[in-house]
Amino acid sequence: MPTTTTPPPTVNSADRGRALLRRPAEERKENSFRFLTMGSGIVVLAVLALIALSTTSRSWDAFASQGIGFITSSEWAPNRGKFGALAFIYGTVLVSTIALVLAVPVSIGIALFVTEVAPKTVRKGVGYIIDLLAAIPSVVYGLWGLLVLAPTLEPVYESIGGAVGEWPVLSLFFGGQAYGKSFMTAGIILAIMITPIITSLSREVLLTVPGAQREAALALGATRWETIRASVLPWAKGGITGSVMLGLGRAMGETIAVALVIGSSNQITTELFSSGDAMPAVIVNEFPEAADTHRAALIGLGVVLFGITILVNVLARSIVKRSERRLGV
Amino acid sequence: MSVDADAAPMLNSSSSDQSSTVFDLHDLNVYYGSFRAVRDVRLEIKEREITAFIGPSGCGKTTVLRCLNRMNDLIASCRVEGGIRYHGIDLLGADIDPVEVRRRIGMVFQKPNPFPKSIYDNVAFGPKIGGVKDKATLDEMVESALTKAALWDEVKDRLNSSAMGMSGGQQQRLCIARTIAVQPDVVLMDEPCSALDPIATARIEDLMQELKSDYTIVIVTHNMQQAARVSDRTAFFTAEVNPESDIRTGVLVEYDATEKVFSNPSDQRTESYVTGRFG
Amino acid sequence: MTAVQGDLDVFTPLEASLTRSRRTKNLLATLWMGGSLVVAWVPLAWVALYLIQNGASSFSLEFLTESIPVSSRGFGPGMGPAVIGTLLITLIATVMAVPLGVLGAIYLHEYGGKSKLASTIRLMSDVMTGVPSIVMGLFIYTVWVLAFGLSGFAGSLALACLMLPIVIRSSEEMLRLVPDELRQASMALGNSKWRTILTVVLPAALPGLVSGVMLAVARAAGETAPIVFCVGVVSETNWNVFVGSNTTLAAQIFANAQLPYPGAQERAWGAAFTLVLLVFVLTVAARVITNRFSKKRGGA
Repeated sequence: MPTTTTPPPTVNSADRGRALLRRPAEERKENSFRFLTMGSGIVVLAVLALIALSTTSRSWDAFASQGIGFITSSEWAPNRGKFGALAFIYGTVLVSTIALVLAVPVSIGIALFVTEVAPKTVRKGVGYIIDLLAAIPSVVYGLWGLLVLAPTLEPVYESIGGAVGEWPVLSLFFGGQAYGKSFMTAGIILAIMITPIITSLSREVLLTVPGAQREAALALGATRWETIRASVLPWAKGGITGSVMLGLGRAMGETIAVALVIGSSNQITTELFSSGDAMPAVIVNEFPEAADTHRAALIGLGVVLFGITILVNVLARSIVKRSERRLGV
Repeated sequence: MSVDADAAPMLNSSSSDQSSTVFDLHDLNVYYGSFRAVRDVRLEIKEREITAFIGPSGCGKTTVLRCLNRMNDLIASCRVEGGIRYHGIDLLGADIDPVEVRRRIGMVFQKPNPFPKSIYDNVAFGPKIGGVKDKATLDEMVESALTKAALWDEVKDRLNSSAMGMSGGQQQRLCIARTIAVQPDVVLMDEPCSALDPIATARIEDLMQELKSDYTIVIVTHNMQQAARVSDRTAFFTAEVNPESDIRTGVLVEYDATEKVFSNPSDQRTESYVTGRFG
Repeated sequence: MTAVQGDLDVFTPLEASLTRSRRTKNLLATLWMGGSLVVAWVPLAWVALYLIQNGASSFSLEFLTESIPVSSRGFGPGMGPAVIGTLLITLIATVMAVPLGVLGAIYLHEYGGKSKLASTIRLMSDVMTGVPSIVMGLFIYTVWVLAFGLSGFAGSLALACLMLPIVIRSSEEMLRLVPDELRQASMALGNSKWRTILTVVLPAALPGLVSGVMLAVARAAGETAPIVFCVGVVSETNWNVFVGSNTTLAAQIFANAQLPYPGAQERAWGAAFTLVLLVFVLTVAARVITNRFSKKRGGA
């Protein structure tokens, strides 16, 4: 190493030439590092493929013995070797629907409030609330749902059921025996859990709406609501749809909170206040004691769940991506 | 001295009159994808001189500068054709390591870009990656580089504070110190003063004059007065606009001693530009 | 906004053009948006109230260190084994997921760019964040537990699978925030690309990377379903994560919540309080770091 005080010594071309040559050892390091990073990225693909492969093969026993009955029958009787998951699939769809019906208006409302109405100082505070809501582990919501929310809601359900009485359509949904541990309670808990997800994703989408879009409507004398209707929502439609679907995906896969408050009863009913069951809840409740085909059937439920959530997620991402591309964001 | 077989082909039969030539560009063409950004540039850059590239924006002067230390390699779509000989060596040769090229041909950028580290660590960064581990040697190299960059007196008491807290002019001089700490042969400067105020600019210009005794300097500037003040030779580039496609391609119009370019240019286009009659 | 309304006040004739129905709609919409925020507060406040009422009272140093009572009927602390299990299992998951995730993010942002492979990995990481934790648990059950039995490490594997896509995506965002000028400065000094990434890019992105990791840890620490399948639920401390069942706070909450005994429920609340405290600290710290980090980047 030459000392610092002297200027670079004059070197002849041959030495310079050699000094500039590629160094195989250095290049090997460069390539190794690149492959190391690439390999790490590929782990994601490998894990996903392995999930599909190993869970499917471990549940093959159940699929083979039950055939299409696995998803079309609602007879789930492990002691008799019957594994029809229809009631659980129905339960998953029902509680997710309740969750969306409750969460979507609230989430979009908050997102709009934050981006269109609230002053900047309020925005940050709301961001923290949303983060904290999202951070509470689902088992804590489950605990609260089981010990606090369900007992509180049971009399409420009963009085609603009583009020609705024999009304034609409403009694279909709100009639029957009311339980605190029910589809409805599970749906409410899920709604609380997916609200932060839908809110924060929608908020990001709304932030991409150009100010000029709003100004164009405001300059025509539109009220705030008219501005939102005319320029903000159309612009953000795709992104909001995507975030709602991501919330749906989360709701369908949520296990612990639902397992604690849904009531674990294998039935298909339109009555929201009655107890039921959902795929993830069945898995977690029965798995520790299950063996053989029963276990294979529970893993099979996982495969169905995996398939549905992957589908919903891919669809959601592609909706978001397409709307981004269309708008040139 | 023995020349091994690998190195031999890329060596020019160096004659004595070329010994003071650092870069010899012949028929240099640079493409971004299918679009030709620079066409047929020929020029020679002499040792221990300041060479200025001037011209309107979009004339390819920065692109040519970035060819000289193969920074254009970092742009995926960029392709360089033609020849760049550095002390007679074909810089674009397949067996040349661009990393080694950049260690000898340093670069100072338009916007000061110190690392978010301490002043000391910024300057010591290059020597460290070059394998210098000894603390005393590093200290000496840092002091020497900062002294040459006329920054030592201002920062010697706060070497461990963050470089991000310095003024823009100090940051740029720090970047120069960081560049010369690796003891390069050439320092390329890409509009180094465009983000600085006049006082900071003057300091950098003074600094260039001092560095000239040790280094070959090539500077791209949009400021003609600056080129006239600091450089020994000036290359004037302009953009030729294809009237049909509206594509601009950079060409070298004139390359000569700075005094000649500014007082008595041989090309009409140069004349228009240096006298300010050019858009 | 206020300026516009002010103008309207001055020119009263204009105000008349805003019909009653338009104004009513605007008012209702504003009430809906503001009301939504209030509605979101309710569960947060309600959960917080019970956590503090039932959880904070039983929370103490003793609660964190004492072993879980053998009889779940009884009252009293503690959750020591679960605290140890949570820390061990989450730590090992972090050790596995973070290097892999950060390296993957380096590939995506520094090498892959817009290539087909990188885009696929990006999409699939997004998809993987949507895979339910219970499916991850089943996955690790089929590939690990069936062969090697229940263990804390199996739980770590499942949690690592859950953390990996979160770490990849957040780290890529953070690498994106590192200005390109820094990479160029390093390359221009004759630094090779991989060294530039390790010596310049990663240190510059470090605060952001840390905050992303903290969020992923917060998410993993509260997971329950994979623990139930892969780790089991015991009430004794097990320092050996590779052999035998273990336990975590989340698993204890799940188990105790379903017991009819007030003592067990009290411990569930205490464990929930502990877990939420841990998760909140991580979340808030991550957010503070991110804010400071993006501010510095924005100002630079």
